[in-house]
Amino acid sequence: MKLGRQNSLRVIAPAAILLCVLALWWLAAGGSPIFPTPWQVVLGTAEMVRSGVLWKHIATSLMRVSVGYFSAVALAIPLGVLMGWFEPLNRALNPLFQLLRPISPIAWTPLAILWFGIGGLSPIFLIFLSSFFPVVVATVSGVHGVERDYIRAARNFELNGPHFFTQVLIPAALPQIITGMRIGLGVAWLVVVTAEMIATESGLGYLIIDARNAVTRYDLVVSAMIIIGIIGLVLDGLMRRLEQVDQVRWRYAR
Amino acid sequence: MPGEILVRGVWKSYTDRRGSLPVLEGVDLEVGAGEIVALIGPSGCGKSTLLNIVAGFEEADRGEIRVDGERVTRPNRKSILMPQHPSIFPWVTVRRNLTMVQNGISQEKRDQRTKHYLDLVGLSAFADAFPWQLSGGMRQRVELARALVVRPEILYMDEPFAALDALTRIQIRGEFLRILFQERHTTLLVTHDVEEALYLADRIVIMSDRPARIRCIVPVPLPHPRSQFRMEFAVLKDDILHELGVDPDEDVTLDRADVRGIESPFGGR
Repeated sequence: MKLGRQNSLRVIAPAAILLCVLALWWLAAGGSPIFPTPWQVVLGTAEMVRSGVLWKHIATSLMRVSVGYFSAVALAIPLGVLMGWFEPLNRALNPLFQLLRPISPIAWTPLAILWFGIGGLSPIFLIFLSSFFPVVVATVSGVHGVERDYIRAARNFELNGPHFFTQVLIPAALPQIITGMRIGLGVAWLVVVTAEMIATESGLGYLIIDARNAVTRYDLVVSAMIIIGIIGLVLDGLMRRLEQVDQVRWRYAR
Repeated sequence: MPGEILVRGVWKSYTDRRGSLPVLEGVDLEVGAGEIVALIGPSGCGKSTLLNIVAGFEEADRGEIRVDGERVTRPNRKSILMPQHPSIFPWVTVRRNLTMVQNGISQEKRDQRTKHYLDLVGLSAFADAFPWQLSGGMRQRVELARALVVRPEILYMDEPFAALDALTRIQIRGEFLRILFQERHTTLLVTHDVEEALYLADRIVIMSDRPARIRCIVPVPLPHPRSQFRMEFAVLKDDILHELGVDPDEDVTLDRADVRGIESPFGGR
């Protein structure tokens, strides 16, 4: 495939920057007894791949994020739609949510451990908290932002009851809901690593802490960090694809 | 064919902190079944408010609306309102926009009607497109097709062509007229464009400045298709503009004898 001038620049420039960073890293790490070189990180990663430890941690983290995130979304969207549509409900719940929202999910860690113990449900609960609020807030404002003419058309054609919600209100708010879901997933991925550093004995966050504390292997620390970055990037990429679906593109295309 | 509108003594005012703003002061109007009536008046005079009340979207402070003798209290599918900007749903295809509003009939019948009305507005080839992939004029045609597909008795149009560019407007106006003649819906059209009203309407209702009352009703006894270059058209336009308090150029009020002297640059006709 031949790349155009514009395209090649788009690929070359970031790649060059990445290479520069790698080179600097290599130079800086060269003399250090603790801080690993890029090659050492590659070797460390290969070692974890071979032993299967890496896959286990990745799978655990992803599982936690999936459970926490999807249960948050499953609750936040219907609740947000109802709050957006029924103003009294919004007025009742909004102050509470506004109060809870600025509290970092990490601040909940002691309570999570108290309620759910180490491992298991604790990190899932923290992920749930972290993605719940962004999705609720985005859904409410999405519903509030639905153009009046669409709602009037629905009334005019007598699209009532559940039909109104599933075929008009939610699809109309969907672009903003998806944006909220994207933010929620980003936060969830940030939080899972932190939660696993504190409240568990598995997962990528645990891998980082364990590599440092138990075996002092900074190559594994850096390897885990890079993998976390890559997975986060992939997750965000998937959410971006969601924004390209025909049913929501009308909003972003403008 | 039913679709008779009766507007009786409608008053409306809006109240806010600063006080009360009267918008309509005792509007009476009758629109016969199958008639096309244009509401025209200065901008902000309350003609859209009147349309919203007649269509059931807003409540009058006093007075009542009846369609075929039945009191209108809320919007319903017997009468469809077409707003200035298309309100077809952008999250579904053109086809789905037409099928999803048809309730209570068989799937087969839905598909059949959808096809019929897409053909009628000339958009069959775009049935699977999403509205955002269409031009403004095409979207307005989908809007009309969606309104017609539920077989309403009445169409309410709130400046349906105002958002279109001048060329598209002329084209769509002609198409709408052709379709309206075919379907013979009662049509109440809000516009601030005198030419548009003259082009489409059987009668033109001229409203006063706010608070609005009906100033006068002008019958338009011209045969279709109408042309703005016909003398009668020009005279009526002049009269209506005058009635609206607009005299485009006082010194050049149309001298009805002058017109014949002008030769067409295209020769003949």
